[in-house]
Amino acid sequence: MTEAVPSYLSPTGQEIVFLLLGAMAVGSALLVVTTRQLVHAALWLVVCFGALAGCYLVLTAEFVAWVQVLIYVGAVIVLLLFGIMLTRAPIGRTADLDSGNRAVAAVVAVATAAVLVTVVVDGFRNAYAPLDPGAGSAGELGSAIFRNWVLPFEALSVLLLAALIGAIVISRTDIRGRD
Amino acid sequence: MHVVYPAVVSALLFSIGVYGVLARRNTILVLMSVELMLNAVNLNLVAFDVWLRDRLHGGQVLTLFVIVIAAAEVGLGLAIILALYRNRRTVDLDRLRALAEPAPGDGAASPAPGRETAARAEETP
Repeated sequence: MTEAVPSYLSPTGQEIVFLLLGAMAVGSALLVVTTRQLVHAALWLVVCFGALAGCYLVLTAEFVAWVQVLIYVGAVIVLLLFGIMLTRAPIGRTADLDSGNRAVAAVVAVATAAVLVTVVVDGFRNAYAPLDPGAGSAGELGSAIFRNWVLPFEALSVLLLAALIGAIVISRTDIRGRD
Repeated sequence: MHVVYPAVVSALLFSIGVYGVLARRNTILVLMSVELMLNAVNLNLVAFDVWLRDRLHGGQVLTLFVIVIAAAEVGLGLAIILALYRNRRTVDLDRLRALAEPAPGDGAASPAPGRETAARAEETP
């Protein structure tokens, strides 16, 4: 686990691919929070989630990667685009997407990044995870879920149903509470 | 794969999400930033699952659960935003001040949405 850490100066091919995908994810995430067009933010979010799915693939978590593509890129982004459309958001460039406390937010974010990166680099400098393919395949994860994690899985399905009903009740206008 | 790389990428993504939540005014953009933070956590979970070689695959299973919860959260959040838009005609977080103390500076601006919803509440039953 921690023995025989290879040097940082000779990265393997997997590490180079991971770092490129990570830079892509971080860059598109920066564009999501700084772009002036609402629809472009949603589309950059697609790029960010796609790059993250690539990161999962490099980390041998294949099933999580495909679930990420299906649910995030397929469902969540479409929901967000529907939300943008239904709130009659301006399509072109808009000046007032940022609130007045941008400077404070930037200071807080830079401070968070500094603290987290310092702690993480200090704590896991000597950690090395050799990647062997197949550990995150659908079969492995399926047997893990349906052998050891059945109860949280079922509870989560009930939660999803409750969220679905809640969303329908909130968004319909002809359902009223009792007077 | 050095564990530092995914950990640093996810720390950066998380702080970008923090910046988005704090700096954006449109509610849908705030939801997108929350999604970024959830994804940063997911990347950490997958990386540490791979590093620790968990036999129960707790990290990746928890990642799947977080993805499902994020989908439920986005659905409910958008329903709330749509209800808000129907009642107030705006999704700007700065203008939703019905629960805030009336500040001395914006005495003219902030009571207007409150009166509007009060009128709406009177006409609904």
